[in-house]
Amino acid sequence: MPCFHTAGATMNQSVFRLTLPILFGYLPLGMAFGVLFTTQLDYPWWAAPAMGILIYAGAGQILAVSLLAAEAGLLEVFIAMFVLNARHLFYGLSLLGQFQGAGWRKAYLIFGLTDETYSLLTSRGRSADRAHEQAVDFRITLFNQCYWVAGCALGALLGANVVFNSTGIEFALVALFIVLTIEQYKSLGDAFPVFVGAAAAAVAILVLPPAHQLIGAIIVVSVVLLVQYRKLRNSPETEGARHG
Amino acid sequence: MADNGYLAAFIMVATVATFATRVIPFLFFHKHTEHPLVRHLGRYLPAAVMALLATVFLQRSASWNNTLPGADALLPAILVIAIHLWRRNALLSIASGTIAYMAILQLNLIQG
Repeated sequence: MPCFHTAGATMNQSVFRLTLPILFGYLPLGMAFGVLFTTQLDYPWWAAPAMGILIYAGAGQILAVSLLAAEAGLLEVFIAMFVLNARHLFYGLSLLGQFQGAGWRKAYLIFGLTDETYSLLTSRGRSADRAHEQAVDFRITLFNQCYWVAGCALGALLGANVVFNSTGIEFALVALFIVLTIEQYKSLGDAFPVFVGAAAAAVAILVLPPAHQLIGAIIVVSVVLLVQYRKLRNSPETEGARHG
Repeated sequence: MADNGYLAAFIMVATVATFATRVIPFLFFHKHTEHPLVRHLGRYLPAAVMALLATVFLQRSASWNNTLPGADALLPAILVIAIHLWRRNALLSIASGTIAYMAILQLNLIQG
């Protein structure tokens, strides 16, 4: 079926063009993770691309390096990874309709819903042919994960084979979280949650041992946001202004 | 320290936790997308969690018994913020801050 192949090749070309910006983001960030992984930890290098295949989360995997280094308990690992990726809970909400009826592709589309894939899938132009668009969505997701895994593997090999003093390279995690905070603040236009998060962390650092600081701060943040929610609900005036 | 059993369990837990955040809306939320509490959390939680993580890990990167307590991590952090507000290029911001922090540690630029 030469006709089928031609259509597939054309689709691959246009998907490649569409995902090019993500290639330029994922290769270096994946490499940063890979270098961190092999320079900070004693595990075999191929575990880094394996994490890219199975976990497939940028900030999550970089956080995982520091959790692995601290030999964190598995419950803490679960909570830390879940909360770090909690923003994904809200991505799916806007794609419920778009992924409907995607059949076998749907599980992978959901699995591969990273920040970058989400922003591409929700911003690209779409035709009325839903089945075709879902096939394109699937390839976009697959291409993006290939870039990410390639970056993880390259970085891990580099870190394992090139001798250099990597002391302090773990600051990449802090820098990443600062950048993500600024991006969240800019898209929200409201500094309140940034202050709540930083203040909750400060309180947790002061009163809790390191092993419980993340969970403690997360509980404080959740309580403050619930209180804020109830306050906004009880004052319809503010609610109107917020949406107006 | 290289306990491969721990690594395998770790990867499994991290995989399940990450996939859970992506699949839960498709399993449970489809009836509640317009619920005001869901919208409220969707709006404010991500920024709060990022600020929380930045603060916790920033504090852990800093040495607090230097002559300038915390400066070894706070100065690179300020650099990240400044460069990110200036160019808004995530990789550039992360690379500059990390290189600055590595230089401060490795060249012992801030005396302990």
